[in-house]
Amino acid sequence: MRHLLRTRDLTRDEAIHILDIALDMAAVQNREVKKLPTLRGKTVVNLFFEDSTRTRISFEAAAKRLSADVINFSARGSSISKGESLKDTAQTLQALGADGVVIRHPVSGAPQVLAVSGWITAGVINAGDGTHEHPTQGLLDAFTIRQRVHGAGARGRGLDGVRVIIVGDILHSRVARSNVWLLTTLGAHVHLVAPPTLLPVDTSGWPVTTGFDLDGALAGHPDVVMMLRIQEERMHGSFFPSSREYTRTWGLDGPRFRALQPDTIVMHPGPMNRGLEIAPIAADSPQSTVREQVANGVSVRMSALYVLLSGERETATVSGDGATEHHAIQQRSAAQ
Amino acid sequence: MTVSEHTPTPPSATFHIVGAQLVTGEHADILLRDGVIAQVGTVTDAAGATRVDADGLVALPGLVDLHTHLREPGYEQSETVLTGTQAAAAGGFTAVFAMANTLPVADTAGVVEQVASLGASAGYAMVQPIGAVTVGLAGERLAELGTMAASRARVRVFSDDGLCVSDPLLMRRALEYVKAFDGVIAQHAQDPRLTVGAQMNEGALSGEIGMVGWPGVAEESIIARDVLLAEHVGSHLHVCHLSTAGSVEIVRWAKARGIRVTAEVTPHHLLLTEELVASYDPRYKVNPPLRRAEDVAALRDALADGTIDTVATDHAPHPIEAKECEWDAAANGMVGLESALSVVHEAMVATGLMGWADVARVLSATPARIGRLTGHGRPIATDEPANLTLYDPRGRSSFDLARLVGQSSNSPYLGRVLPGRVVATFHNGYPTQLDGVVRPAEEVAAAARLAEQRGRSDTPEDNGRHRFTRS
Repeated sequence: MRHLLRTRDLTRDEAIHILDIALDMAAVQNREVKKLPTLRGKTVVNLFFEDSTRTRISFEAAAKRLSADVINFSARGSSISKGESLKDTAQTLQALGADGVVIRHPVSGAPQVLAVSGWITAGVINAGDGTHEHPTQGLLDAFTIRQRVHGAGARGRGLDGVRVIIVGDILHSRVARSNVWLLTTLGAHVHLVAPPTLLPVDTSGWPVTTGFDLDGALAGHPDVVMMLRIQEERMHGSFFPSSREYTRTWGLDGPRFRALQPDTIVMHPGPMNRGLEIAPIAADSPQSTVREQVANGVSVRMSALYVLLSGERETATVSGDGATEHHAIQQRSAAQ
Repeated sequence: MTVSEHTPTPPSATFHIVGAQLVTGEHADILLRDGVIAQVGTVTDAAGATRVDADGLVALPGLVDLHTHLREPGYEQSETVLTGTQAAAAGGFTAVFAMANTLPVADTAGVVEQVASLGASAGYAMVQPIGAVTVGLAGERLAELGTMAASRARVRVFSDDGLCVSDPLLMRRALEYVKAFDGVIAQHAQDPRLTVGAQMNEGALSGEIGMVGWPGVAEESIIARDVLLAEHVGSHLHVCHLSTAGSVEIVRWAKARGIRVTAEVTPHHLLLTEELVASYDPRYKVNPPLRRAEDVAALRDALADGTIDTVATDHAPHPIEAKECEWDAAANGMVGLESALSVVHEAMVATGLMGWADVARVLSATPARIGRLTGHGRPIATDEPANLTLYDPRGRSSFDLARLVGQSSNSPYLGRVLPGRVVATFHNGYPTQLDGVVRPAEEVAAAARLAEQRGRSDTPEDNGRHRFTRS
């Protein structure tokens, strides 16, 4: 694997491989010394054309725990706002000797343009592009579900038969897209619930079911309820009449939360609008994985950086057979 | 094809085209002398003529493009009247309609006269300016349509292309007003509110790759409104770059009802589909966007059955930096003059939907008629103006940078295998392209001056239209 641009492209074996390595990375983080020498001498650039402190520090922690040198590059605007162009930025990174570029960009497809442009030789990780994908978020969500569902027996397994509902602004959500492809590739059943205005006009090609009725979907006792953030700007675009009506119809409020099965898990990619799409009682309950998702994010991003930037990437990920690498990591872990 | 003279000096004013295939299928010699077609069939006296061997070549009337962005004045880094008409000559065109979205906008007599005279002195093709409908393309008040019509540029087609005249009252007034001088409003049909931030065709693919959709209904609703307005006020509406199957249905309905509506389709909407956008390569970014395969099929059928009247290139040059970036930041548009005939060949002729006579109709006669040109779009016949092009339909080749002679290279066809190539173009009797090579600027300009002295130019005053007359 040369780049990680979207979960749409990942095979089941590739996805499980990344999740299994993330398990090893998680084990490292429970130790007193949280650092591996794996990417020593490699340079990872966090190239953020859009503010996202959470995602940036997660990638930064991941890269540093693999001993990579990290450069944070906050590009001020893009060529849209007559700031620095993507090409000029890329050529700067190339001159700096970047081995890996983690890019967040407001325009869908910008990471792909960077990856295929020939402007840089670095591996590219998409850290969220426009309304397209956010593959490491999908991976950390899959990792989190897998841990909850399979516990200690998670290694090597998918999400077969797990029933997931994703609720909210599907139309503009890169998190939803990455989850749709990845979770279904891993065997989960995904049902999308949204106001009709916030579903894409045609999802017939998506391996999911869709509906407008949250209460009906919850009555089916899903294993996972994933709530998406409602962005401020949607409130003024006539997507729905008011935040009050949204909460009443599509929010995971107290009564809906209390009616869930006790083993249904509640997810949110953060940051949450408490009281809008999710009630505090749901967000802070033991069924909520919100904080686990943050911690797992570092493990999954360590795994992604490892798979892309360590010398063994080509053979191991193409074959999907991660056994050799696991072994290698575990040995390195033991040597610390 | 070979030309018997290989000298840097201008070829003679007489050309003997030998063995060309006419659009009727018959083979004929064609003699061009002093700017007119002197003889077609068996040429009896070719004394002093430059011989042009046209064995295997199709002779088409000079192509006419109703929709060209020449970019001058204001955007000379993309194209100039000179380079754009050189691209036209390379593509077999002898007349182009220059869109109004220049800087300053072509909304006054001064600008349109300037553009027309730049075209006349360059000499590669007739440049017929299109006037803006509204001042500054702002969509607020009418530009001086009558003054542009009465100017030396003799404007008959008006368009805010790039932007839609979305205000229904303003559109009604524009349609009504141009009746005074037999004008036509060419509408860029795009409801602005339904396409805020739009990046590509709205459908399954836009949802998957996360782009803001440009729904077909944003085009269709404006066309539906405009044909009803045209019916109400009895005016001629022309629909620019129609792109959806639904738009075809509306135009078909309007024509059946007797409404005076004409429509154009671009070469790229006849060949390319939205799947190309999944690459995020901005070469495929265009407005209206590439649509679905079923739209392409409907557009081809509509062109073949006459529902769509003409192919117009929407040649839209942009500098490299406008396409070498992320999708949303990239400019809309593709260059199209040099590739148009090969693309129409691929989409319409190779598929058996049309023959060469139909190609002559949709790329020459009809656009000239819609644009009220009299010296162009004429058949290849004795005493007609010597505007014609020779096309070699044989063989297929990769469309490469060498085929682009305009100033910009934002072609979606680079690297794509297309049939045929244009080998010669004659404008008012003198060559603008020979042996597949565009003739030098000085030679063409000199030939244009000579033609004008002989009274064989296509300046507007010469083609017999009267100002402010109702046809």
